[in-house]
Amino acid sequence: MTDAVNDTTPGERSRALLTFAVAAGRFLLMLAITLFGLLAVTFFIGRIVPVDPVLAVVGDRAPAHVYARVREEMGLDLPLWHQFAIYIGNVFRADFGNSILTSRPVVEDVVRYFPATLELATLGTLLGTIFGVPLGVAAAVKRGKFADHFVRVIGLVGYSAPIFWLGLLGLLVFYSKLGWVAGPGRLDVTYEYMLTPVTGMVLVDAALAGDWAVFRNAISHIALPSALLGYYSLAYISRMTRSFMLNELSQEYVTTARVKGLSETRIIWGHALRNAAVPLITVIALSYAHLLEGSVLTETVFAWPGLGRYITNSLQNADMNAVLGGTLVIGIVFVAVNTFSDLLYRLFDPRTR
Amino acid sequence: MKRVATLIAASAMFALTFAPAKAETPPDTLVMAWQFDDIITLDPAEVFEFSAAEMMGNTYERLIGYDLKDVSKLFGVVAESWEVSQDGKTITFKIRQGSKFASGNDLTAEDVVFSLQRAVKLDKSPAFILTQFGFTADNVEQKIVQTGDYEFTFEMDQAYAPTFVLYCLTSTVASVVDKKLVLENEANGDLGYEWLKRNYAGSGPFALRQWRPNEAVVLERNENYAGEKAPLARVIYQHVPESSTQRLMLERGDIDIARNLGPEEIAALKEAQGIKIETGDKGGIYYLGLNQKNETLAKPEVRQALKYLVDYQAIADTIMAGQVQVHQAFLPKGFLGAVNDTPFQLDPEKAKELLAKAGLPDGFSVTMDTRNTPDITGMGEAIQQTFAQAGVKLELIPGDGAQTLTKYRAREHDIYIGRWGPDYQDPNTNADAFAANPDNSDGASAKPLAWRNAWDIPELTKKTRAAVLEQDPEKRAAMYEEMQREVMETGPYVIMFQEIEVAAMRDNVSGFIIGPSFDANQFGLARKD
Amino acid sequence: MAELAAPSGKSSLREWLTTSEPRSRAQARLGNAYRSWVAFSRNPLAMFGLFIVLVLIIVAIFADQLATHSPTVGGDLRTERLQPPSAAHWLGTDNQARDIYSRLVHGSRLTLMVVMLVTVIAMPVGLLIGTVSGYMGGWIDAVLMRITDIFLAFPRLILALAFVAALGPGIVNAIIAIAITSWPPYARIARAETLTIRNSDFVVAVRLQGASPFRIITRHIMPLCVPSVIIRVTLDMAGIILTAAGLGFLGLGAQPPTPEWGAMIASGRQFIIDYWWVATMPGIAIFVVSLGFNLLGDGLRDVLDPKAEK
Repeated sequence: MTDAVNDTTPGERSRALLTFAVAAGRFLLMLAITLFGLLAVTFFIGRIVPVDPVLAVVGDRAPAHVYARVREEMGLDLPLWHQFAIYIGNVFRADFGNSILTSRPVVEDVVRYFPATLELATLGTLLGTIFGVPLGVAAAVKRGKFADHFVRVIGLVGYSAPIFWLGLLGLLVFYSKLGWVAGPGRLDVTYEYMLTPVTGMVLVDAALAGDWAVFRNAISHIALPSALLGYYSLAYISRMTRSFMLNELSQEYVTTARVKGLSETRIIWGHALRNAAVPLITVIALSYAHLLEGSVLTETVFAWPGLGRYITNSLQNADMNAVLGGTLVIGIVFVAVNTFSDLLYRLFDPRTR
Repeated sequence: MKRVATLIAASAMFALTFAPAKAETPPDTLVMAWQFDDIITLDPAEVFEFSAAEMMGNTYERLIGYDLKDVSKLFGVVAESWEVSQDGKTITFKIRQGSKFASGNDLTAEDVVFSLQRAVKLDKSPAFILTQFGFTADNVEQKIVQTGDYEFTFEMDQAYAPTFVLYCLTSTVASVVDKKLVLENEANGDLGYEWLKRNYAGSGPFALRQWRPNEAVVLERNENYAGEKAPLARVIYQHVPESSTQRLMLERGDIDIARNLGPEEIAALKEAQGIKIETGDKGGIYYLGLNQKNETLAKPEVRQALKYLVDYQAIADTIMAGQVQVHQAFLPKGFLGAVNDTPFQLDPEKAKELLAKAGLPDGFSVTMDTRNTPDITGMGEAIQQTFAQAGVKLELIPGDGAQTLTKYRAREHDIYIGRWGPDYQDPNTNADAFAANPDNSDGASAKPLAWRNAWDIPELTKKTRAAVLEQDPEKRAAMYEEMQREVMETGPYVIMFQEIEVAAMRDNVSGFIIGPSFDANQFGLARKD
Repeated sequence: MAELAAPSGKSSLREWLTTSEPRSRAQARLGNAYRSWVAFSRNPLAMFGLFIVLVLIIVAIFADQLATHSPTVGGDLRTERLQPPSAAHWLGTDNQARDIYSRLVHGSRLTLMVVMLVTVIAMPVGLLIGTVSGYMGGWIDAVLMRITDIFLAFPRLILALAFVAALGPGIVNAIIAIAITSWPPYARIARAETLTIRNSDFVVAVRLQGASPFRIITRHIMPLCVPSVIIRVTLDMAGIILTAAGLGFLGLGAQPPTPEWGAMIASGRQFIIDYWWVATMPGIAIFVVSLGFNLLGDGLRDVLDPKAEK
């Protein structure tokens, strides 16, 4: 018996390793296919967009020969497939080209803008989850009662009020009138120089440097926009939580538990919510990924230098290297988030096995 | 629910502990909120965007400058004096001695010659301002020549009006760069182009320290500046895209100057305590371009009729209040020879008569490509309503700036509503755009506004070309006046307004000067008390 | 059939509908629908939602009669611009001196169109792809999910811009573009639901009876996924109306002076602080309509969802 156990363990281990390797390989392959598809579609769309990319470089006034030269320099006179081949070739050498609008390498831009968005989206999702899940549970438990309607209306306001409307109102009240939070931007002007970027996320950098004055200031700046994004995702998260919870609460095991005399709190938070957790995570992950795409309007109102505005701005000027780079980042985020939530399903939901 | 309430209360407490102290910018730092996502480069040989031009204007020096209050008064900046040769083709400049760059290097004729040659050789968008005098990358070394440590000659292909040349030398493309520093950073013979795009090598009152796209531009006092040292240690441009946000920040005191406020915001701030409003005439012209490829718009009566279908004064008083003044000639106020008459006003009856004469008694339908910014869209909608009074159905096609411009440049529009800003302070800049069209074919190499609207004007083009060679300023002014009246009467442009720039600032700020062009906004002597 | 189709009197109609022994498939279906309706109508909130939606439809139909002013032609710029709500202008006037109430009334037509187009295009596509992918698994799942990922990861504006470049600008094309970009979340939700039910007993039972995958998906799985998707769609309504406005920034949305609600909010944005009503009134309209759809969606979910407690 002992021999047998000793025999199987390494075998199982290697089998598990193999399974893991296959899974990882599959994931990488899927990632590559998705990203390639994304790049290809974006690239060709970029070429049919009715905006002249040369304009962003030379402006409206340049003489004809300057225009023609720049067009050639940008490789726009080559056939489309050739341009794409060149682009993909460069990507394999980790060269994503330069952005026209910032005249910096796209990689450098993304490294600057993505952390700003990441910081905001993470905090927003955190807030949305912390408030949204309990609200959703409350709504499900008190279905049809006041709490349910209250949560619904709160959520719907978050959904139907345009985010710039809420944002400006928030600024007016909490920043301008009450002075509870700091204004637009990521830091006060006075603190701008005191921080050396490591991760690009001001909060993390300040904490790493142990500079709590900067940290406080950064919190004060991010509070309002992240609360706003949090509110936005709260609407969705609380709705979906309510729906999943209603589902669980109608299951037999809940009745059984009640019959057994388990406390209602335990049934709700211990059993029903735990079972609802897996689909809920998908929902939260999706909403997180969505926030990571960057909210153009929030970034505009709060003068937040994030990815959303970077991509939109680039797109409007047909700055395709920048658009492709930004799209790629978003693509990676989405694939990662989706894979993660799929994995959770496989691991934790017995019904999907 | 109780838990949730507790949670909300707790986070409110949390937020309060992080409440910032009363906002105020440091006393030696001027903070401006501005939209500057148009900056693509900081190389003065390439800069052609409004925001970057202003930054260049305060960080670099040019050969010549003009009086911001009276553009007709020219004076030397880097140049101490100049002399035009007998044949009018060569100008000899003497350079002021004792100036230094921010780097500490001396500013000599060598730097000036290098800068001008460099701009011509790089041949970026604004290079035409110099190359129109006959320079090319091949001949510029023979034409712009250093003749002494502090002297050089500037030889043109024709005897241009001296003021024309001098005005062109006031523009950013003629900024003097630090030859030594630039060449230290040269790569592959690019004359330091890749480096200077993001760096600084000038001698102005401020030095450019940092540009973070879509975030901030930081200027610091140039301690080596030859003129009166700047009172401010630092000027920070903060990119704030939303005008309402700029307003709140100004009210709160987080910024000292808000640069992109709308009419309603300005009106509200006029009442506010601690805030003052300053304005200045700018050279920008708002106009409608009527494409002559459209058969209806090509009829002279129709062009004329449309000029009677805009309620100029009402728009200037309401939708664009404080941002524009009615102006109907192609040269903005303050330019040599500018015509300030406004013969057209809203007159639907007259327009109907004209349309009837053109065989269109019931009006017609036409589209207008409209940039989706609030000001342009607002004007577009107002024009749409007054056009309708004579039966002209105007369909607005909204689009982003680059999109509408792409269409305009391809002559695929019916009507384009746009804004045109002069490239330099000489009247030729707008005459060349509005009243010259050397080749009206689709494949033409020059594409001025007349070309974009397919307006074929060989005679007027000749007049424009002749005006740059006229040496007598009075005769020259008369030529431009005549051209403006002709364009006003028959041209395919409904010229409507001249731009006014407005800045709202805290009232402890003084010395911020709004000049007539974007590179002329100056804060070298601005201070906060 | 003839005599069945002509029941006399109201009570007998109800009896006919509620009979436990329907004599035809049609009767059984109608009976089910009737029972659903009864359940639905007992839910006052759902009825309120239905009421809002009906009001929206009625307003859209009779917009010409209900409006007090022209939705597109404004008054005198100098005297009637940015007026607060008053007897003459119930909801005030906007930047172009137009009556906001009349614009809202006419805008209901566009809103209705937006909502219908998106529901008709995005929901079925999302449902189909999600359920097929979840049920079939294997390479079909892999391929469909890759396509979904690509669409999901795509910045919406890029795709919308491409479509409009291909189809030409205008509100309808913009909405189609939105619809085409909004199905992936529905697909993912439907797939997630499908994964949890594809191995449940009743599906296995149906499979053992020899039902084709197509039948299993359309008859047994899809109905179970509809509720979550409906919730998501009704929740998205407000977002979709606002996205239509967002596209206006790229010149893809409604053309001015079309009284599209989202566009009205967007153009009122510059006046928010001093002239709150310009952006707030259409905001309230969008809120009410999305509340209506949301309540309706919830009501439908309760009725349609066989899992939900009755």
